[in-house]
Amino acid sequence: MLNMSALKLSDAVRAKKLGVAEAVRAYLDKAAGNGHNAFLTVDGERALARAGAVQARLDAGELLSPLAGVPIALKDNITTAGVRTTCASKMLGGYVPVYNATVVEKLERAGLVVMGKLNMDEFAMGGSSETGAFGPVRNPWDVSRVAGGSSGGSAAAVAGGEIPIALGSDTGGSIRQPCSFCGVTGIKPTYGSVSRYGLIAYASSLDQIGPVGQSVEDCAALLSVISGPDEKDSTCVTGKAFDFGRDIPEKLDGFVIGLPRNYFGGGIDGAVRQAVLAAAEELEDAGGRVEEFEMPLMDYVIPAYYIIACAEASSNLSRYDGLKYGYRSASANTLSEVYRLSRSEGFGLEVKRRIMLGSFVLSSGYYDAYYKKALQTRALIKDAYDGLFKRFDMILSPVAPTTAYRLNENVDDPMKMYMGDIYTVSVNLAGLPAVSLPCGFDGKGLPVGFQLIGEAFSEKKLAAAAMAYQRRTDWHTKRPAGGEAV
Amino acid sequence: MQIDGSLIAYLEDLSCLTLSEDEKNRLTGDLEEILGGMARLGELDTGNVPERSHPFDDVNAFREDETLPPFDRELILKNAPNRRGDVFVAPKTVE
Repeated sequence: MLNMSALKLSDAVRAKKLGVAEAVRAYLDKAAGNGHNAFLTVDGERALARAGAVQARLDAGELLSPLAGVPIALKDNITTAGVRTTCASKMLGGYVPVYNATVVEKLERAGLVVMGKLNMDEFAMGGSSETGAFGPVRNPWDVSRVAGGSSGGSAAAVAGGEIPIALGSDTGGSIRQPCSFCGVTGIKPTYGSVSRYGLIAYASSLDQIGPVGQSVEDCAALLSVISGPDEKDSTCVTGKAFDFGRDIPEKLDGFVIGLPRNYFGGGIDGAVRQAVLAAAEELEDAGGRVEEFEMPLMDYVIPAYYIIACAEASSNLSRYDGLKYGYRSASANTLSEVYRLSRSEGFGLEVKRRIMLGSFVLSSGYYDAYYKKALQTRALIKDAYDGLFKRFDMILSPVAPTTAYRLNENVDDPMKMYMGDIYTVSVNLAGLPAVSLPCGFDGKGLPVGFQLIGEAFSEKKLAAAAMAYQRRTDWHTKRPAGGEAV
Repeated sequence: MQIDGSLIAYLEDLSCLTLSEDEKNRLTGDLEEILGGMARLGELDTGNVPERSHPFDDVNAFREDETLPPFDRELILKNAPNRRGDVFVAPKTVE
């Protein structure tokens, strides 16, 4: 009935061919099965009440956004007033926020209908959506495989047709990689373009909220809604929301696209290499000029990222003390026990691992060799990108070295899991935007994705290239069996 | 980098965590491998490179310094695991 993009769904609602409540009910029915464990909370009653309110605004002729009436679901690290927000952690298992994240306020003003909260890695720490306290997310293309992470619920719900569009967050690839594993589209916006107020912090200098959807057009429309300044987030430095307008060029004549040849050496699956290189050829056919180059510092991005992310995490997660909100151990008697036992019982192993790594790299005697060195490496990485964007309009690269792997395949090998982030983390260290797009399938029928990386605040240019690609290909329209939109 | 029991105990203190024996065994090996990988940054010459803790130099968007009503106290206490009246309850810290 509603086999359409988020933008077309809103068109139908605004043309009165479809009621908002009708659309919400259809997606509530589909999400009720939750066969991929993508949803942690489905908020049907509130969603239907909101649908009624949006319908009333539309009927009154209020001019809402191009996504008005569209059901949306949010990664469960985005704070929603009155709706449980868990970060997929026992620590926040019973936490019901009393305020909304700024992005939620913006969604409501624009007339989208928040329908529920989506599964993820615990506190967004992971690349497979297996570290959460409420079970792993399953990949709609093969339920024995991971959906990627940490925004695995967002990507799986969109791929599985359980929601037309979603929000995720990206600290080191957490929007882009699950989109790649699930065959959907996602945007990691420039740092400082979307408010982080109400995004439960993992690594504050790297985290950004961004859209996950069926196409770049849908994602760009959602990014227009959620971006823009916010006086509640002083790092939200953008002057205005993105306006993708109608002047996106059809052809890419004059676009110079950098292709990092050392990303295609050892360590990447043959099928991923082939599909990503084919995407580069497609963009060349669309008028772009592709030039190969050697990406500097490739061996150092993972250590720099994990040192900085874990250091920030160890500081951010020190707020969980068992006193003000969150889990409190029933067996603690002294204040020290309240802190230690609540944290020890409330956090899962991956979170503990990262807190301890962060405590180590910040500790006396190791600070200079690890944390300071990582911050200097971050400066080198940023400088390297600045230099590259003098030569290129954008950089085209794989998102991940492999397609989706089997559940439990890497959970006991954190180093292997971390190395899966090799192509994504430097983007966050430099604060850059990137869009992740489906570009084919491997021999097992699993989706492959590629990413386009641009200089800060070049989202419009990235969207132009990504839209040109999706006009010429139909990978983004493919859905797994049972994953057709409702 | 050799991770031993005393370093794990030190990190537990810094992190305000108490690990189970199984967690200690797993994390000892993991931390050794991960920190070994991180030490690779030592190969880079970063002599005079400034530290960058943030992606951009322009890091702060200021707002007007205005007095606004504070968050409602009842809302702040709403998620308290243990409260009495309008305060959080914590174990006694002085004898």
